[in-house]
Amino acid sequence: MSRAGALALKEPPENGPAETERPAARAAPSSAAPVVAARGLSLTYAAADGPVRALADVDLTVAPGEFVSFIGPSGCGKTTLLRCVADLEQPTGGELVVNGVSAEAARLRRDYGFVFQAPALYPWRTIARNVGLPLEIFGVPRAERRERVARYLDLVQLDGFAKKYPWQLSGGMQQRASIARALCFDPKLLLMDEPFGALDEIVRDHLNAQLLTLWRKTAKTILFVTHSIPEAVYLSTRVVVMSPRPGRIIDIVDCTALGRERPLEIRETPEFLRLGQRVREGLRAGHAYDA
Amino acid sequence: MPMTPKAAVSPRGRARPVTGVVLALLAAWYLAALLGNWNGAADALARAGATPDAARIAAATMAQERPVVPAPHQVFSELSRSIVGVPLGSKRNLLTHAWVTLSATLTGFAIGALLGIALAIAIVHLRSVEASLMPWIVASQTVPILAVAPIIIVALGAAGVTGLLPKAVIAAYLCFFPVTVGMVKGLNAPDRLQRDLMRTYSASRPQVLTRLRWPAALPYLFASLKIAVAASLVGTIVAELPTGAQAGLGARLLAGSYYGQTVQIWAALIAASVLSALLVQAIGLAEAATARALGTQPAGSAR
Repeated sequence: MSRAGALALKEPPENGPAETERPAARAAPSSAAPVVAARGLSLTYAAADGPVRALADVDLTVAPGEFVSFIGPSGCGKTTLLRCVADLEQPTGGELVVNGVSAEAARLRRDYGFVFQAPALYPWRTIARNVGLPLEIFGVPRAERRERVARYLDLVQLDGFAKKYPWQLSGGMQQRASIARALCFDPKLLLMDEPFGALDEIVRDHLNAQLLTLWRKTAKTILFVTHSIPEAVYLSTRVVVMSPRPGRIIDIVDCTALGRERPLEIRETPEFLRLGQRVREGLRAGHAYDA
Repeated sequence: MPMTPKAAVSPRGRARPVTGVVLALLAAWYLAALLGNWNGAADALARAGATPDAARIAAATMAQERPVVPAPHQVFSELSRSIVGVPLGSKRNLLTHAWVTLSATLTGFAIGALLGIALAIAIVHLRSVEASLMPWIVASQTVPILAVAPIIIVALGAAGVTGLLPKAVIAAYLCFFPVTVGMVKGLNAPDRLQRDLMRTYSASRPQVLTRLRWPAALPYLFASLKIAVAASLVGTIVAELPTGAQAGLGARLLAGSYYGQTVQIWAALIAASVLSALLVQAIGLAEAATARALGTQPAGSAR
């Protein structure tokens, strides 16, 4: 609490709840309660040529420790769904509960780490200071900040790059830094919006394998948006297949049959290919629905 | 992009075009002096009873006491006479006047820059401020400063404020505007992801300001400060003109025009522009130092 006290000077009242409940100190939600529960979730926004239905009647429950991928064509609302969970968009209908509270309350108590399509590193900060940014905002003391930044840079294999600026790193390294930034305050929920979309195949494979290892080690719940079928099947316990506008869930493919240990070669196995095929069919069905 | 030979980057290669431009300007200046003073010189020679042939007239255009366009060497000898020829602190020393102007310029610049930044921060954070204040801010800049300056000086004088401050106020009046405009743009420069990131942390507005908006605005700040510091100098000189100020480059200009001392006017003008260039240069140095501190990617390395 002394940390929160030191922090209080800098923070306005609107962040009050977050201060009293720092992420590290927070008790983990009971394993039975879903991390994300959406019922009849929809989002319609006004565009120049009339209302656009980005999400329609989405029902989804994600249990703790799951790795759920969202796949679908561009504009199917998968990113919108993720942004709703993060309280970066407000749904216009339905119910959404994150960790037992509203999405806004979950955001205010800093329940999740978000990894964007682009690294979104601040160019005027070194990699270490970028990774430490959330800790700085949460008022974590300097010594602990330094220790955690070092630990998570190590985790994403960027030790030795702490003092570099973002422009001195490759795209893949920048994205790894942004993952370390999302992880360093140890959120139980990780939201990833096409984090590897802009990277080449080889780097992507490598990061996929790393992400999977990380997920196994840390027991986090991960929601992951992608438009790559192999990536979705390889990473996930469940793949949510979505249709184009209005975005709705067509199929949910269970991939637990692949086990938790997944070497990259698993992608050549018949089981993997079968799951990929099912996702592909779902996507095709979505297009037929649209036509 | 591959750059051809070292000529493009080496200091010697860069010096050549710079020298060329300076020489061309000097040549144009001499030509202007020749043409501008021709009639006057011809008349003067005729009055003196000499036969005005072209060569003598041409020579005379370069050495008139009150030329329409003083020749460069006349201005530079006036400059050296009034800078090193008279003791510092004397009323006839140009540096004394430059210092009077500079001190008001810097005071006004400081006031104007701070005001400009404060307004920009308010505008970015409060929509109502933008709606209610922005039209007035724009309107303030459409009023000719030459008309407003005497009013401000007289009003402040009546309130007992004299000396440096009224001039600084006018300088600030001119220089807050580019800072406000530049900083509003700069503070809004962070892209959507950079802002969303702060939102996912539930960062407070002051945190977003100090950790995101402010550093992102710095390049814009320096660009507008360069404009502002030059505007501040102009404002100070304008403030010195209509008020019968006893000292300052503006006073020097005014005295020169009272007595038809064109060479003195030009010397003061040159001094003002050199001062202005030095001020802009100083901001540029501060900008470079800030960029280094922020680890900005050197411009050259992008190629």
